[in-house]
Amino acid sequence: MGRKKRSTPEINAGSMADIAFLLLIFFLVTTTMDVDKGLMVKLAPWTDEPPPEDNKIKEKNIFVVLVNSNDQLLVEDDYLSIDQLRGSAKDFINNNGDGTCAECNGLRSPVSSDNPQKAIISLQNDRGTSYQMFVKVRNEILGAYSELRNELSERKYGRSFPTLNEEDRSVIVGIYPQFISEAEPVSVGE
Amino acid sequence: MALIRKKKSKETPPVSTASLPDIVFMLLFFFMVTTTMREVTLLVRLKKPKATEMQKLDRKDLTTYIYMGSPKNPETYGSEPRIQLDDQLGNIGDIQSFVILKREEINEAERPKFTVSIKADIDVKMGLISDLKQELRKAQALKISYSTNPAASPEELYKTY
Repeated sequence: MGRKKRSTPEINAGSMADIAFLLLIFFLVTTTMDVDKGLMVKLAPWTDEPPPEDNKIKEKNIFVVLVNSNDQLLVEDDYLSIDQLRGSAKDFINNNGDGTCAECNGLRSPVSSDNPQKAIISLQNDRGTSYQMFVKVRNEILGAYSELRNELSERKYGRSFPTLNEEDRSVIVGIYPQFISEAEPVSVGE
Repeated sequence: MALIRKKKSKETPPVSTASLPDIVFMLLFFFMVTTTMREVTLLVRLKKPKATEMQKLDRKDLTTYIYMGSPKNPETYGSEPRIQLDDQLGNIGDIQSFVILKREEINEAERPKFTVSIKADIDVKMGLISDLKQELRKAQALKISYSTNPAASPEELYKTY
């Protein structure tokens, strides 16, 4: 009987590293670092005194956005849907009624805001308004400002606003400052 | 039955240990990836709203999170939206001391950058959010962020309405 030496061949381990790398890459790709993003808001400091009665702000310089408990919008006494809000807010900010804003190309309507420095957007909601609706409205108002800044930046510097350097950016922000007031909610229905 | 045992010199080949470092590395990487830095366990249901105009909050150490939503186990906590501060559900009255305590932990030079990130569920009513905002104003925590998820385009936001 012939004696046959049968040694099992060694398992090729050369590809093990590849498998390990494959797994590593898989986990690297699928894991997302939880980056928190949100709408930044600056609140007004707390005061116990009621606000002064003699508000010198002209009514035409305030853009009133009301949201009721059924998540419906009332903008400057008109019913609007959420997709109309951005354009309407842009027209208001950019109106330039007194002509002091040289860079603005607004409609110069006498019943809308004097200039972007004086334009205030007042957002008032009901206690029963949903948070989702509030964020949407807030987002549209911020969107109106960022679109205006972007358009001005394209006209003035030929580049979009986020790509500008610090100095140019502050010029644009100086022309279109953000004045958004979040009023105390009224409680009609909860 | 005759048993004929052949004297075989069939010793088992040694197990290759060349891949052992790879396996160890693999495990290491696995644990590195899956381990998250201490984060709170959510006691409330949280589905964040979507938006397009958000800014990144890049300093996690300067940010305090406040969660709001309906409790996950309504048997214990009821179904009304609640506020979660760290690992427990709190009341509106606890917010001031919580925020002040959190701000004390930051060194003095960076305290003006202290931000409160509100992570609220889409179904929370604004009444609760407004109460929270009032408390934050009283606590002088004026920089806040409404935490949102990114939306692909503004049109996506109009559709759901």
